[in-house]
Amino acid sequence: MKLLEYEAKEYFRRHEIPTPQGRMVTTPREAHEYAAELGKPVVIKVQLPVGGRGKAGGIRFADTPEEAAEAAEALLGTRIKGLPVEKLYVEEKLRIVNEIYLGVTVDRRNKSYVVLASSEGGMDIEEVAAETPDRIVRHLVDPVHGLRGYHANLVAKRLGYGGMKMLQFAAFVESLYGLAFEMDAELTEINPLAEVEDGFTAADARLNVDNNALFRHRELEERLMESYQGELTEREMDKGLTYVELDGDIGVIGNGAGLTMATLDTVMLHGGRAANFLDLGGGATPERIGEAAEFVLRDERTKALLVNVLGGITRCDHIAQGVVAARRRVAVEKPVVVRMMGTNEEEGRRILREAGIETLRSMEDAAELAVKLTEAI
Amino acid sequence: MTRFIDKDTRVLVQGITGSQGAFHTRLMREYGTKIVAGTVPGRGGQTIEGLPVYDTVVEAKEGHGVDASIIFVPAPNVLNAALESVEAGVDPVVVITEGMPVRDSIELMAMARLKGTTVVGPNTPGLIKVGECKMGIMPAQVFKRGKVGVISRSGTLFYEVAANITQAGLGQSTCVGLGGDPVVGLDYVDVLRWFEEDPETKAVALIGEIGGDAEERAAAFIKDGGFTKPVAAYIAGRAAVPGKRMGHAGAIIQGNSGTAESKMNALRDAGVTVGELPSHVAEALKRLL
Repeated sequence: MKLLEYEAKEYFRRHEIPTPQGRMVTTPREAHEYAAELGKPVVIKVQLPVGGRGKAGGIRFADTPEEAAEAAEALLGTRIKGLPVEKLYVEEKLRIVNEIYLGVTVDRRNKSYVVLASSEGGMDIEEVAAETPDRIVRHLVDPVHGLRGYHANLVAKRLGYGGMKMLQFAAFVESLYGLAFEMDAELTEINPLAEVEDGFTAADARLNVDNNALFRHRELEERLMESYQGELTEREMDKGLTYVELDGDIGVIGNGAGLTMATLDTVMLHGGRAANFLDLGGGATPERIGEAAEFVLRDERTKALLVNVLGGITRCDHIAQGVVAARRRVAVEKPVVVRMMGTNEEEGRRILREAGIETLRSMEDAAELAVKLTEAI
Repeated sequence: MTRFIDKDTRVLVQGITGSQGAFHTRLMREYGTKIVAGTVPGRGGQTIEGLPVYDTVVEAKEGHGVDASIIFVPAPNVLNAALESVEAGVDPVVVITEGMPVRDSIELMAMARLKGTTVVGPNTPGLIKVGECKMGIMPAQVFKRGKVGVISRSGTLFYEVAANITQAGLGQSTCVGLGGDPVVGLDYVDVLRWFEEDPETKAVALIGEIGGDAEERAAAFIKDGGFTKPVAAYIAGRAAVPGKRMGHAGAIIQGNSGTAESKMNALRDAGVTVGELPSHVAEALKRLL
C-alpha cells in the first residue's frame, strides 16, 4: 500500500522525523488560508501515488497567499499521469543547502533491511545506482542485532558529515529505520532529504507498507478500503485475486502468478496482446471465478477471453461453472477459450461442452486459438 | 538440511485442524508421507484423521521423534509457528502459508540461519521426493519418479513443467518450490548444490520469473562450475509491464534488473538451454539426457 506524501508525513512526525510545516488542502481557498497562516513562500504539490510529479508539472511555488490560491486553482481537477488531482500539499518553501537521498527497503538477496543513502539526492536514485554506484552508501541491517546508533553514525560519516551534522543525520537514519520496521515498510524513502542551515528535514516522503502486514496496522487497512472505492484497475478485487490492466485485447485469466504470466508470454509469442493479467490465486470458488470472468468479459477492450487453469486446489468443474455463469450474465457474445487440466477435469469439460465452449489441454494450443479468434473479429 | 526428505522422514503438520491443513494432511498421507502428528495450540489431546494433536512442537517431538515440519497456520501466526519448530531443532521447516509479512520472513530466516535450519517458503507449494515423500500441496498425479530435479519460484507453473517432464517420459527425482515472496528461505543456488550431490538427479529444470536476481545468481553459480549437470530453464514474465506487480510479491520489475531478458541472457551465457515457452523445458531435457 502506497501512502501519499501527506499521509507518510503524518507517520514521520509521529516518529519524530523532522518535516517542514505543511497541510493537505482540497480547495484554492484552503491553500490561501494556510499560506497566509504560514506567512512565508510555499510550495504546492499534487498528492498522487506516482513518482516524477515534478517533471509532470505537479509542483508549483508561490510567494503570496494569492499566488498559492492561483496555483491550487490551476492544479486541482487536472490529470497528472492519468490520475485526477484532488488533493494538494501546501508546505513551507525551504532554503536548501544540499539535497540528500535516504531510504530503507528490503534486500531480498541478503534477507534483511538495507539503508541506502546518497549525496546525490533529488535525482532518480536508480539512475545514480546504475551509473555511479560508489555514490551510494549501503548499510545492511543485521536482523538479529538491528540498527544501532553506531551504525547510523557510520552511514552519516560515509556521506561526509562530522560533528553536529553527523549526529543530526544519524538521528534521522535511526528514526527512519525505526519507522520502516514498525510500519512494516516495503520501502520508505526521502528524496530529497533537505540539508538546511540548522539541520535536516524531509522535503518529500514515501512510505509503502507491506499489504500482508496490514493486520498489524488496522487504521491503514480502513484507509485502503476507502481509497479503493469505485476503482477498477490494479486492485485486489477480493483477497487472493490479482488484477492488472494491460493494453491488448485478449482477456487472460489464470491460477497462480507464474502460470498466468506464462500465459501472457505465450499469447505474445503467437502475435497477440493481453488486455489484462488476472490471477485467481488458489482455491477460487465458482462465484469468484464467475465474478472474475464477468469482469473481464465486460471490459470493452476485451475481444476474447482465454482461461488457463491447472487444477490443484482450484477445481476444473468450478472453473467451468464460473465461466458459463459469467457468459450467461454478459449479453455480448465474445469467444471464450478454456485450457484446463487437473482436479475434476472431466466434469469441467462436460459442463463447458454443453455450453458450447471449447476446452483444450495444452496452454500453447489454447493461446494460439485465442489469438486466431481475436484476429478474426 | 542434513539430508533430503524421503520415505522415512517423520513429518509434523502445524495447523493440522484447519481446512487446508486437514485436507492436505490426508493427501500427503495418501501419497505415502510419514506424518506422525499435528499441532494446534489449545487443541492438544485431540485426534484428527487418527493422528495425535499437540499444543506444542516440543511435546510432539518428544512423543514421536519429529524430523520435519509443514506449516498451514494463518499468516499472522506463521512467524511464531515456524520459530517454534526452528527452536525445537526440526529441519526442514516448510511454510505453505501465503501472505506472511516480509518483516516476519526476515526475522525467521535470520533465526533459521543461526540454528542451521532449512526453511522452504513461505508461499511455496512445498517439496516432494517423488514416490516417497510429499511435503506440500502439489497435485501428486503430475509427478513420476525419474531423473530430473525441478526448482521453481512459482506454483502452478511448476506443475505445468513437471507434467510436461512426466509426459516426455523423463520423470522427476526431487522437486522444490522456492516460494514466490521477496524473502524466502531457499534460493536456486542452495538447491543446485543438493542436486549436484544427488546421484538420482541427472539434469535440472529451472523455472524462474521476473523480479529479484535469484536466477542471475543461479546462472553465475553454474557458470563458475558449481553445477555441472545439464540445465533447461523457462522464465515467466516476458510480456510483463515494468513497474506493474503481477500477483507474486516477488514478481515486480525494478529498473533494468530482474527483467525476463536479463535472466534469460545470464542463463544462456552460463550454457543453460532457455525455452521460449514452458513446454520447451521438457523438450530440451529430452535432448540433453
